[in-house]
Amino acid sequence: MMRLFQNLGRYLIFIRRVFSRPEKHSLYFRQVFREIDKLGVSSLGIVAIISFFIGMVVIIHMTTSISNPLIPAYYNSFTTRDVLVLEFSSSVLCLILAGKVGSNISSEIGTMRITEQIDALETMGINSASYLVQPKIIGMMLIIPVLVIISIFIGLLGGWFIAVVGNMMTSADYLQGIRFDFHPYKVFYTLIKSVVFAFIITSVSAYHGYYTQGGALEVGRSSTLAVVWSMILILISNYLVTQIMIG
Amino acid sequence: MIRVDNISKTFDGKAVLTDISATFDEGRANLIIGRSGSGKTVLLKCLIGMFEPDSGDVWYDANRFTELDSDQQRTFRQQMGVVFQGGALFDSLTVEQNVRLPMDFFTSWNRNEKKDRVNFCLEKVTLPGVNRLFPAELSGGMKKRVAIARAIALNPRYLFCDEPNSGLDPQTAIVIDKLIREITVDFNITTVINTHDMNSVMEIGDHILFLSDGAKCWEGSNNEILTSGNKVLNDFVFASELMKRFK
Repeated sequence: MMRLFQNLGRYLIFIRRVFSRPEKHSLYFRQVFREIDKLGVSSLGIVAIISFFIGMVVIIHMTTSISNPLIPAYYNSFTTRDVLVLEFSSSVLCLILAGKVGSNISSEIGTMRITEQIDALETMGINSASYLVQPKIIGMMLIIPVLVIISIFIGLLGGWFIAVVGNMMTSADYLQGIRFDFHPYKVFYTLIKSVVFAFIITSVSAYHGYYTQGGALEVGRSSTLAVVWSMILILISNYLVTQIMIG
Repeated sequence: MIRVDNISKTFDGKAVLTDISATFDEGRANLIIGRSGSGKTVLLKCLIGMFEPDSGDVWYDANRFTELDSDQQRTFRQQMGVVFQGGALFDSLTVEQNVRLPMDFFTSWNRNEKKDRVNFCLEKVTLPGVNRLFPAELSGGMKKRVAIARAIALNPRYLFCDEPNSGLDPQTAIVIDKLIREITVDFNITTVINTHDMNSVMEIGDHILFLSDGAKCWEGSNNEILTSGNKVLNDFVFASELMKRFK
């Protein structure tokens, strides 16, 4: 328990260093776009594949579970839409990204630590925590909501594809369902969640990488810890944000 | 000039440095030598502020470095160049970007001025034309030379080298030693080199500080080291059969 509080304190000090004033804004600005490309745009493929298939699976579940003739057919796509918007495209997708992006960040920074590259930055007079981590956090907080929106569209597309091809419902019913009882607030809620998750994934992974000590074995251990803690914190914050915004 | 006054440092109750005092003059190659675990690296890290000594002071000319807070120390480090044992080059940057990094942060030079300075530094370490290579494409000796080029990029007043020729063949090691000495004399900077390589000691040891079990055991020059009556020093210097025969 004591160790948990020690880590929490060190994490907060780390975050304060990360968000201290940059030495040169222009360098950080350029770095943000590099990180968006490296961490976000490169995840587009996996996001598209997962979202398309989950969209297909969800509509199959809905049509087989809600088979009462009293319930209109468009309810299937209506519930599919809500599953994708409210949980899958933000929470589940971010859990997946915690594995992909989180381990990438943690191992990159951890390797820089054990090969003295972080010490080299510090001895040049550069705030290493800020230079290495701040652009990643800002970049991810900008790109993950975009990935979430793309995921929702591709998920709905996957659902539409299998619903029509598999003769589960007509295209008109599907489209009516995804427009039925639409509240933009739900999209706002899911985007807020994704920003919170982006901050957690990046900062927690960077923290574990930054304080790596030892060699290659410890870099691997840091990556594992980064992913596990990111996932746990995503689940906890998912509950908290939902309680505050929806509950 | 760097002055160390009565520096002591302990880790988990174990004394690693005990009451060390020394003066490192400019324009000379100052060597810290000693067996592995004698406290050389800890002393070097105390000098550059990576470790905070438990007691004692470090002075850079008239500046009391140890009384500065961590942000002030980071700013002060812009006057230092540090060459790490493994080079600590940034893997994701080319040679040119590595050498240019301190300029990007701390100068307002335009693109051409930076390029000229990069080329000057690379020529100084006899590595012209490697600008576009990545660290992974360089040999061990080339990496060390690029690290030296990066360390002198901003005309530092103080240069620190942590075992600059470890892992290099004897001929390349001598090239690196001579290069460091040439830079020291040409730019009249204060250079502190951490080594346990006797070739370096004999080649460039203008001023040598010998540490044993964390304490200063002997101080002198490469001319005096061979005739010293200090038993611990003699055991270190004449450890090899070759040196024993030479004696």
